[in-house]
Amino acid sequence: MLDSLITLDRRWIFLLMGLAVAIPVLTQQTFPEALTATSRNVFTAVEELPEGSLVLLAFDYDPGSAPELQPMATAFTRHCCLKKHKMVFLTLWPTGTPMVDQTIRDVIQGEFADLNLQYGEDYVNLGYRPGNEVAIKALATDMRKLFNTDAQGTSLDDLPLTRDVRNILAAKLALNVSAGYPGAKEWVQYGTTQGTLPLGVGVTGVQAPQMYPYYPDQVLGILAALKGAAEYEAALGDRYERYRDPKLNAAIQRMGPQLFAHLLMVGLIVLGNVVHFAHRRREAAQ
Amino acid sequence: MRSLLRNTLPAVIAGVAGVVMIGAFFVPVAKPLQQLAEVWFTILAAMAFLIGGTNLFLHHAKKVAQLQAGWGFSAVTLTAFVGTVVVGLLKWGVPPAEKYPNVAWSGSYQEEGSVLWWLYEYVMNPVIATMFSLLAFYVASAAYRAFRAKNTEAILLLGTAFIVLLGRTYAGTLLTSWVPDAYGALTFPGMTDSVIMAVFTTAGQRAIMIGIALGIAAISLRIILGLDRSYLGVDE
Repeated sequence: MLDSLITLDRRWIFLLMGLAVAIPVLTQQTFPEALTATSRNVFTAVEELPEGSLVLLAFDYDPGSAPELQPMATAFTRHCCLKKHKMVFLTLWPTGTPMVDQTIRDVIQGEFADLNLQYGEDYVNLGYRPGNEVAIKALATDMRKLFNTDAQGTSLDDLPLTRDVRNILAAKLALNVSAGYPGAKEWVQYGTTQGTLPLGVGVTGVQAPQMYPYYPDQVLGILAALKGAAEYEAALGDRYERYRDPKLNAAIQRMGPQLFAHLLMVGLIVLGNVVHFAHRRREAAQ
Repeated sequence: MRSLLRNTLPAVIAGVAGVVMIGAFFVPVAKPLQQLAEVWFTILAAMAFLIGGTNLFLHHAKKVAQLQAGWGFSAVTLTAFVGTVVVGLLKWGVPPAEKYPNVAWSGSYQEEGSVLWWLYEYVMNPVIATMFSLLAFYVASAAYRAFRAKNTEAILLLGTAFIVLLGRTYAGTLLTSWVPDAYGALTFPGMTDSVIMAVFTTAGQRAIMIGIALGIAAISLRIILGLDRSYLGVDE
């Protein structure tokens, strides 16, 4: 028994992990989410803004992080639509443009089609802004110096929402969904510290520890990884009844596979150590 | 002359740009100069895309031409690179914009239904997602084979990993649901957020950030003063 565990073919582990993820995905089992303070602060900031406030939504991620971050982008946009906030979208990642487009298509033009939100009046997509930190700095000081048009090439002066906006500090709140560089950290360092723009961030699990030193002064709240997204979705469900349906909440659905994958990891670590020490004891006895 | 163009001039430009950026932070009247430097940075960043693309093309074209080891991978890279650039530049399959229905190239290059959109949606998207998904399997394998409680540091790491792995799921909430609300910090989610992330992680990250900031300040000063030219490919 011990020998077979020592030389365990890793394909058995792959199979276990595959099952741990696949079974909850197929059964669509969901679990309740308790709201942590870091997530609650972001939700409250969006919820308590006066209706029709200007909100900046910066989506700095690509398809690799989309399973973790897209639910945050969707939830932020959904919440802004529910509160009838004005939205300005942009991304600092060249591969982030389709993420913004998809969110606008799914949420504003799909889920909230009945609101008939008008491009240019209720929301604007600035698209990809190259230049990393310098782009953020320019957006925070005088965005017209570097960026005069939206993603479609329309002059910002021709769009009612951006006509009088000289920089992003005109927004009442910035929400950044970030997978790395440039992202949440750079928005803190070069964007929001230029003025008094409150910033809420949604980040990957890897990036979350880097953001905690900025909380709660420079960053009002953090959605940390998939759990943060699930907490935000749960908060939306608590406040707005139509979002209690698990089918509308991708992150809550994905927490099922995450639960069983984590339990498997804990089990594997324990088993690996038991095998290791049993093997050492046997060798010492011989 | 060659040395002047390759070494001295870039060092002077870097030094002047650095002084301008620092000066404008403290002297508001110098702000226009700072904004000018930022505009130039953005232009140079855009040019870097061209240089990077050209370099990538030449590097892989050379490997394919000389049939070096792994030339097949280079051929795939070249095909993907050239194909993406061509369909993007020519806006293949992009319908005209609603505003200009008679102008062939007026639509956005990433318009839904275009070839570039198709490549992104059905090639890049699943490829990147697959790469990241595979991590779950390799991490599980590594957890079984390599995560050993061999010494005190490893035991601390293991303990932290257990708390975070459980605290980030409903299992942690369930296992410590009997803990009174007044002692919420002793639950798995509480320990993850209030102790590990808010105390130990934050303290460690702050130390790292301050160290990095001091290092950046020192290196920046050396670059501005022309003492460090390693970024130009020069030793001193």
